[in-house]
Amino acid sequence: MKDAGHLFRFAGLFVVAFLVFLLVRGYVVPKSFGQYGHYRGGAIGEIASRPVRFAGHQECEGCHTDIADTKSKGKHAHVNCEACHGALAAHADDPTSVTPVKPDTAVLCARCHTASAAKPKAFPQVDPADHSGGAPCQSCHNPHSPGFDSSSAAAPAAGGAK
Amino acid sequence: MNISRRRLLVLLPAAAVAWKYVAAGTPEASPNYQMSEHWWGMLIDIPKCIGCGNCVRACQTENDVPDGFFRTWVERYHVTDTNMTNPEVISPDGGKEGFPVAKEDEGKYFFVPKLCNHCADSPCTQVCPVGATFVSPDGVVLVDQTYCLGCAYCVQACPYGCRYLHPKKHVADKCTLCYHRITKGLTTACCEACPTGARQLADLKNPNDPIHEFLRTHSVQVLKPWMATGAKVYYDDLDGSVR
Repeated sequence: MKDAGHLFRFAGLFVVAFLVFLLVRGYVVPKSFGQYGHYRGGAIGEIASRPVRFAGHQECEGCHTDIADTKSKGKHAHVNCEACHGALAAHADDPTSVTPVKPDTAVLCARCHTASAAKPKAFPQVDPADHSGGAPCQSCHNPHSPGFDSSSAAAPAAGGAK
Repeated sequence: MNISRRRLLVLLPAAAVAWKYVAAGTPEASPNYQMSEHWWGMLIDIPKCIGCGNCVRACQTENDVPDGFFRTWVERYHVTDTNMTNPEVISPDGGKEGFPVAKEDEGKYFFVPKLCNHCADSPCTQVCPVGATFVSPDGVVLVDQTYCLGCAYCVQACPYGCRYLHPKKHVADKCTLCYHRITKGLTTACCEACPTGARQLADLKNPNDPIHEFLRTHSVQVLKPWMATGAKVYYDDLDGSVR
């Protein structure tokens, strides 16, 4: 029975090792690990806080009400502003110092409207060289309401960034 | 004496575990966003896609996706009626700058935009050895890039090829369904930039989301349904030849 002390010392070693393990684990495992599952819950908030580049059309329409009005009556009513103008959250945050460049319609319009047998048949398509001979689209069409009629042809390229 | 020592041995680790939970604070939550109220997915309306590549460019701008890597990309299928099972599929630079003009030819053409399917039972999250990738409580498959080792198990496990190793960060990278946007009430960058409405963000837990009416009235399909991944990117009018 006097040798039982060896067993207790041995058991004590295990307990100390276990406590050291728990201590180290407490430090190296992030606090939010396991909050929602087997991952760091805090990562969700970090990913959600990344900066936004596309402001969203609601943001644009808050200031550019005239363009929003023109656009809502035309064939491009459902094309969002930044689909053509690019990401402009920086402009929305600071409209005076960040001024967007107007897109080149000869390139921009052709991206969607160049004729190809691969595109859906109902989608309006032209062969740009044949259709306008390389002239910029906005000499005849208003990009915000591109239907070809006398009113839009008389006032080409109304709008854009001010 | 012996009994009290045994009690001590039992109580000490239990106290240590309890202390750990007390020490762990409450992580910050987004102010106006409740994760439990959303279940995100996407609708891809194939007949509306014109292959302009706006979504690919928007994604790269919004998320700093390195050149040659894609969180979303567009494929063009050309299926002839004599060879339905072996379509010609092209995706030049992910469709970022559009597609070459197709001449009138036999068979049919269509575009298939692809992205992470944000699977409810995703194979990629199951293989991660360190818990660095996960399905969030609102149904978005995310990567904790501070925790990822870059072992690329998940890249291999994804049946849709939607993941890559970031060439500079050397960690797994993928579509976040613009988590930083949808939690602020915005739509994703690809949906914002799509000129034809071929891509629509869908909140499957929101009863007022138009996705429910669409799913009721259209024949939709997910990619590789036989893999039972619980994919939440629904394709309208998906051809059987799409892989």
